[in-house]
Amino acid sequence: MRSQGTNNHTWRKIKSALASTTAFVSAILVILPLGLVFFHLLINGITSVNWDFFTKLPAPVGEVGGGMANAIVGSLELLALASVIGIPVGVLGGVYFAEYGSARINSVLRFLADVLNGIPSITWGVVVYGLVVLRFKSFSMLAGGLALALIMIPLILRTTEEVVLLVPNGYREAALALGVSRWKTIVFIVMKTASKGIITGILLALARIGGETAPILFTAFGNRFWNHSLFQPVAALPLQIYTYAISPYDDWHRQAWAGALILVTGIFCVNILVRFLTRGRGASVV
Amino acid sequence: MATPEQSVTERVEGPAQPPVNSDPAPKFTFEAKNVSIWYGEKRAIEDVSLNIASNAVTAIIGPSGCGKSTFLRALNRMHELTPKTRMEGTVLLHGEDLYSSSIDPAIVRRRVGMVFQKSNPFPTMTIGENVVVGLRLNGVRSHKFLSERLEKSLRMAALWDEVKDDLHKPGTSLSGGQQQRLCIARALAVEPEVILMDEPCSALDPIATAKIEELINELKAQYTIVTVTHNMQQAGRISDYTAFFYLGKLVEFGPTTEIFTNPTQRQTEDYITGRFG
Repeated sequence: MRSQGTNNHTWRKIKSALASTTAFVSAILVILPLGLVFFHLLINGITSVNWDFFTKLPAPVGEVGGGMANAIVGSLELLALASVIGIPVGVLGGVYFAEYGSARINSVLRFLADVLNGIPSITWGVVVYGLVVLRFKSFSMLAGGLALALIMIPLILRTTEEVVLLVPNGYREAALALGVSRWKTIVFIVMKTASKGIITGILLALARIGGETAPILFTAFGNRFWNHSLFQPVAALPLQIYTYAISPYDDWHRQAWAGALILVTGIFCVNILVRFLTRGRGASVV
Repeated sequence: MATPEQSVTERVEGPAQPPVNSDPAPKFTFEAKNVSIWYGEKRAIEDVSLNIASNAVTAIIGPSGCGKSTFLRALNRMHELTPKTRMEGTVLLHGEDLYSSSIDPAIVRRRVGMVFQKSNPFPTMTIGENVVVGLRLNGVRSHKFLSERLEKSLRMAALWDEVKDDLHKPGTSLSGGQQQRLCIARALAVEPEVILMDEPCSALDPIATAKIEELINELKAQYTIVTVTHNMQQAGRISDYTAFFYLGKLVEFGPTTEIFTNPTQRQTEDYITGRFG
């Protein structure tokens, strides 16, 4: 009787050890690719990351050296342009779904937003190509920013809606009971309470579109020189990496590695910022 | 014709009025006439007429789902926040129709403050900001005015001495009872004429409850207070008038001492002696 109990105990211990080992190995398998990618980028790219890389234009074909300054700045400009269009529309749309509208229509719109989220990004590139590039008869920063914004909007909309719905109704009632108007309640109480979640959604959307290549290909097109005009083609980091990586020149390959390293590091930093923002739950519910 | 509810109306002749013997012309803050409220198809309260005396505490008691919270919320139009609500009847505040089409519900709620069952200080704001948020969002900018009102409201809510050095700390850092008094201070800061309380103590321990009850007793010198409570002893301790609701109807209304010692309705007696509910 007693020995059976001990046996059972031993067997249970073995099972427990097996389960936790399996979980541990699975966790390693998940993290491993990230580690490998970053390690590989570091080894191949770090030698080409230097001052020139951040400050110089691409060197003419055949010459060694040069940098990706225009692509880095171009990417930032495209992200800024996409944010100007995408953040207000996405955030306000999400707030509308959460706070206004009828339940039935909202569920249809919500479903459509989810469908939009699932559309391959190259489709957005083609759409904007048809709508903007063909009409203006030119690739442009405007078209690139618009394509990225269109990818951003449903992402931000859905996360905003979710975090706004998480704000307990008691806060809305408390504000309305003080004689505060509906829109002030939504902006200064509800959105403020959900602000961390909303900002997190925006940052994650930025991290997502920061690496998009396909929609840029059809819209911003890329540029080997500086451009700050909305109506001219502009370089972008992911696109520059693509162009350099498929080129036949060793020096360009090295620069493509460096560009990828910078891009991944940037996205990594945004994600760390998100972790940092969502960590302190002290003063906010969301 | 012989149902208990109808005989109530016979007893009090139309709108139930608390008999105030000492005052020849009793002052009423609210006069509710034939109020019925529907949530969709469901009728939550039915033909309630009730006058609420000024500078007194009126308690609304009754079992869960009897419509007492709905009636309370009808007094500052908070029930309208629930979708598909319909209302009939009139509610007068100092003789003025709260439901007249020319009145903005936000103005009604500025005049008729409310404290909720679950304390709900805004989590993004400090203690100080929580108190004056109603004024700020209604456009008050003067720093001097705000800080004066801040201290006054916290003193009235009997919270000043406990938090005067921690005004910059988050409102949610306070204990449950303190949070509820903070919510009372927040409601007082906009200087309403009436304070509605929806089971303000049901989430609090006995000591915190005693403090809130003491506070209610002090506040009635300046305010008319209407409170919903599940706790019969509490209704007995704090209120001057008691209204008993059952199945959406006002069964009995009168001075608390009378309701508790000598109820005229069988249902009231059964409820307050704990036979149901």
